[in-house]
Amino acid sequence: MRAPSTVAAAVAPAPRLALRDVVARRGRREVLRGVSLSVERGEILGLLGPNGAGKSTLFAILAGLLRPESGRFELDGRPILAGARELRARAGIVFQEPGLDGKLTAEENLRLAAALHCVPRAEARARVAALLAEAGLAGRAREPVERLSGGLRRRLELARALVHRPELLVMDEPTNGLDARAFRAFWEGIEALRRSEGLTVILTTHRPDEAERCDRTAILAQGRIVACEPPDALRARVSGDLVSVEADRPEEIARALSDRLGLVARLRPDGVTVERDAGHTLVPRIVELFPPGRLRAVSVRRPTLADAYLAVTGESLEAEGAP
Amino acid sequence: MRGSALAYDVATALVLARRDLVRFFRQPSRLLGALGQPVIFWLVIGGGFAGTFRMPGADVPYLAYFYPGVVLLVVLFASIFTTASVIEDRHRGFLQTVQAGPGSRAALVVGKSIGSAAVALTQAALFLALAPAAGFRLGAIDWPLLAAALGLAALALAALGFAVAWGLDHVAGYHAIQMTVLVPLWVLSGAMFPLPEGHPVLASALRLDPLAHAVSAVRRALAGPLAPGVLPGTAARDLAFCALFAASTLTLAVLAARRPART
Repeated sequence: MRAPSTVAAAVAPAPRLALRDVVARRGRREVLRGVSLSVERGEILGLLGPNGAGKSTLFAILAGLLRPESGRFELDGRPILAGARELRARAGIVFQEPGLDGKLTAEENLRLAAALHCVPRAEARARVAALLAEAGLAGRAREPVERLSGGLRRRLELARALVHRPELLVMDEPTNGLDARAFRAFWEGIEALRRSEGLTVILTTHRPDEAERCDRTAILAQGRIVACEPPDALRARVSGDLVSVEADRPEEIARALSDRLGLVARLRPDGVTVERDAGHTLVPRIVELFPPGRLRAVSVRRPTLADAYLAVTGESLEAEGAP
Repeated sequence: MRGSALAYDVATALVLARRDLVRFFRQPSRLLGALGQPVIFWLVIGGGFAGTFRMPGADVPYLAYFYPGVVLLVVLFASIFTTASVIEDRHRGFLQTVQAGPGSRAALVVGKSIGSAAVALTQAALFLALAPAAGFRLGAIDWPLLAAALGLAALALAALGFAVAWGLDHVAGYHAIQMTVLVPLWVLSGAMFPLPEGHPVLASALRLDPLAHAVSAVRRALAGPLAPGVLPGTAARDLAFCALFAASTLTLAVLAARRPART
């Protein structure tokens, strides 16, 4: 089944996976309203959006758990059905909820996953041992998974999804709940896999710092993809720097900035934000405008993908989307 | 792809069946609970009835009459409890990874049902060690007939449990539905008392109750075709009813599993 796709790829490299006009409902609510998306071989694609934007639904469709109402799918340029067996055989899925059996050992969990994917027994034995060693679990391979810490279980989840050497890795909020060090280690692992095996990765996230790590980030808002660009390009949609002022009664501050300096300030619960080129020159002028003690802090920073999300969609990444 | 569609489906079914057995033997408390309950049930209820209840026309002690019914009760309880795990497993955990894997939903249903049935048969086999105490000689038992009857009943009940569990979110609701449906079917199956004469409605209800045929087949296997409580007809007829029961519930479970899991 793999040969024709290799030939096709030599002529014109088709995307690893492409989705066109995917519509999905949960109950009567339309959750995805015509999503089109493609991911190239060896690319890391992020799906960024707040809760309720349709991320989990899109993930469930990619994982083969949910049939969309309509939409077309192509794997290596050839049309397939949503959730086709071929896609499920070639993809590795990392769920947000644990997909491991807590009563079984780490080794047994990986062995069962290998068996599900018809990995020959001898190959599976070697592969499982290697993955356990990489995850730092070689010494605890015979312990029931329910006794492992949350961080170790996350690593085991990833190992489980990789046991059959998938070409495509699909992950739902993979670093949710990990601390900064575990987050970095996780991403170093993913980038190493992409280098060594040419792995294609699709992941959902609501973390701007995670979306930053992707080659391209698709911005998902209210069931639509409103932008899909490299993180730099998305950030460039925010003009200039962001100057943020922390103070009580932010409405007064915003009015003063508008009257005295002609600035458009966006209100936040704890202050205001101004978008402006060369923001550092603005900081002393703002400080001088108010009596000492009126402002708690004034700072200037480069825009993040959270700012880009706000600029593109007009909604905050932290806010809940439609329920 | 590494394998054919069939290879993936067989692998999926085997993985699920093996997993249920491994998990069962790893939890001794489950073994004890699953066996203790029917033993107590048999001795307490059977013993309580033994003084007042006389088998009409046959010289069989009540504990011996009741025993085949309790064997089926062991299978019934074990299937219900083992399949309840589907509810948690489907939303989070192992069954989700199986659904996302290359096996089909039908393979998932068959594997899970075989696994639950295997656990139920293991428990029934342990309970059958008490058969001599009920007056049945182990050497005289028709083991192939017994295995076929209990195997088909276990498979049918496990698949039924799967079909019910797949649509539910709460284990409590699952147990409520299963107990409401299955315990009356078991009580009416002739497991506790033989068919009273002169009740044509009850008699036809009994003939349609698949559990009645399972109990009847177990009676034949333990004490021969002339044992009290055996339904009219042959062992093959009883087995055919059990097979039909298993085929229907498996179909029901496969249809249920085609619906996506709610998340």
